[in-house]
Amino acid sequence: MSEALERITKQEYQYGFVTDIEQDTLPPGLDEGVVRFISAKKEEPEWLLAWRLKAYERWVAMKDDSPTWAMVDYPEIDYQAISYYSAPKPKKQLESLDEVDPDLLDTYKKLGISLDEQKRLQNVAVDAVFDSVSVATTFKKELNKHGIIFCSFSEAVREHGDLVQKWLGSVVPQGDNYFAALNSAVFSDGSFVYIPKGVRCPMELSTYFRINAENTGQFERTLIVADEGSYVSYLEGCTAPQRDENQLHAAVVELVALGDAEIKYSTVQNWYPGDADGKGGIFNFVTKRGACRGARSKISWTQVETGSAVTWKYPSCILQGDDSVGEFYSVALTNNCQQADTGTKMIHIGKNTKSTIISKGISAGRGQNTYRGLVKISPKATGARNYSQCDSLLLGDQCGAHTFPYLEVKNDDATVEHEATTSKIGEDQLFYCQQRGISEEDAISMIVNGFCKEVLRELPMEFAVEAQNLLGVSLEGAVG
Amino acid sequence: MLEINGLRARAGGTDILQGLDLTMGPGEVHAVMGPNGSGKSTLANVLSGRPSVEVTGGSVLYKGKNLLDLSPEERACEGVFLAFQYPVEIPGVSNMYFMKSALNAVRKHRGESQLDAMDFLQLVREKMKLVEMDEALMNRSVNEGFSGGEKKRNEILQMAVLEPSLAILDETDSGLDIDALRIAAEGVNALRRPDRSVLVITHYQRLLDYIVPDYVHVLAGGRIVRSGGKDLALELEEKGYGWITDGASA
Repeated sequence: MSEALERITKQEYQYGFVTDIEQDTLPPGLDEGVVRFISAKKEEPEWLLAWRLKAYERWVAMKDDSPTWAMVDYPEIDYQAISYYSAPKPKKQLESLDEVDPDLLDTYKKLGISLDEQKRLQNVAVDAVFDSVSVATTFKKELNKHGIIFCSFSEAVREHGDLVQKWLGSVVPQGDNYFAALNSAVFSDGSFVYIPKGVRCPMELSTYFRINAENTGQFERTLIVADEGSYVSYLEGCTAPQRDENQLHAAVVELVALGDAEIKYSTVQNWYPGDADGKGGIFNFVTKRGACRGARSKISWTQVETGSAVTWKYPSCILQGDDSVGEFYSVALTNNCQQADTGTKMIHIGKNTKSTIISKGISAGRGQNTYRGLVKISPKATGARNYSQCDSLLLGDQCGAHTFPYLEVKNDDATVEHEATTSKIGEDQLFYCQQRGISEEDAISMIVNGFCKEVLRELPMEFAVEAQNLLGVSLEGAVG
Repeated sequence: MLEINGLRARAGGTDILQGLDLTMGPGEVHAVMGPNGSGKSTLANVLSGRPSVEVTGGSVLYKGKNLLDLSPEERACEGVFLAFQYPVEIPGVSNMYFMKSALNAVRKHRGESQLDAMDFLQLVREKMKLVEMDEALMNRSVNEGFSGGEKKRNEILQMAVLEPSLAILDETDSGLDIDALRIAAEGVNALRRPDRSVLVITHYQRLLDYIVPDYVHVLAGGRIVRSGGKDLALELEEKGYGWITDGASA
């Protein structure tokens, strides 16, 4: 058993290459001047500079408050040793894809992301973010026809400043937590989406994040606003080169769903996880939160977390609108020396709000996997319902799985259910498959895939393929 | 087809098989009977290659090849099939997908083309008639929530799909009511062919009312202590195992 397990769990990271491209990189270090520099570089309006500076102030005040409650163990991060801005040169306004540096296009091609609209096979519009800036956004014209705004965050600040100003920080305020404060001060780019009233976005929107430069942090910001009665499905993918040093990624994602709107947000996170001995890898500290502001609105998070040395993220839903719905579907795989502390918060405020949490943790090698979740039912949330299911699968005997479900129920009328299981891949299961002619490796894939099925089937087709490749599992089994 | 000589095997730190001899020709049905703990399931496990059983001596030739050199999946691809006494549940993996993967793995080994979902559906529908199985079970997770009878019928269905040369039925009758037993047995009978051998492992005679063997062997103390025709099973039913096994253990 252990041999096939090892082969599967020791597959090499495929996206570890570095793109040799001239970059504009700020020297390491963080002070008020750096925040001003970034804002000036991006020709931002004054309100945004003021917003950043307030965030910086909050962050400095929190200096000794970086969170220590998570079950992750990592060396202290020297925030003065990180560069907070890096962009590919030349940085000019791009009119079309033809003007994008061919090396960059090539990079995305290697990652399996085609930015060439002519060659589109999938109905997906892509915003490509390379280190600190967005390098290309596809399908803009088509989206414009529907009044949909999908662009880089910088462009949104320039072209749709009023919308950004209205919603930025409305779900994750600057001082929300240590990493959100840092992001708010120094974020360099990201994606912005606005879906107008009653519009069903005709294609999947996707952002592909790539860290390239050395010693830089990536601090992107995503803001999605779904106006009344609209729908959007949004995908996010991430990779980074293989390096011996750890790199910091501290993103913030804010979602706003107004009345009857629905946002489906899917992530396949595959940042470089470090080598087998735990050297290098991305420190992934991410704040993701969605607000179901209007009645009958819905926000659904689906994540497949296979990368990063350390993952710290809790995509959450604030269920304010009556009858609003929050969902969290997660697969987290930790292998070698990876550590993940991930889960969700479902905050029930409106009446008859409903939430579902399905978390699947897979631990292999010496990986440590923690589910941490909060279900909070506030006094006004009459008729609220939650169902949580947290399953852990262990491959081998040196890994660990931990579950911390927190419940705060302040309304007697609420229904809260929690189920949890921990299992090992059984010799019996493997032997059963092998006795039918299926190789040990394929059998492990099949069993892991079956274990994750409830989550994988929530992913849009295009992403399900990537996710199954990442898990080394067979797709047909998941959707069959 | 199968030639077992002086087979010895250990499981859980105990010597269980202690010099077992058995020869099966093509198309023959052999029944191995014996009291609990006589080594019946260990024999099935050795032949199918279960890792928890350690072979300590003897040889097994299957179609002229040394069977013990092959991995469990190679044995399966070469046509050795075990109908499990306790079929295993695999949550989240559909029965349909599981069987298709198994068949395609075997077909690949044989150098045959892969079946797509439609071809396979057609094939499995045909085979399901043999065991009177509800198609709904194909879309459920492998064995999950199946009744005892459904699990056993699912095993026979897999046998029908994979078309083995040597089928080993490990206590297929255990836990079955008489109707389920009849259906499973009729399925096996329909699969009897001149080039397919069947090894029926059972504690009770009643399965052999339905699957009539050519030879019956009594296993006791890790060895075959008596062989005979189908009448031997009836004699055992009448007299119990004591009159044979007492002599064996002495």
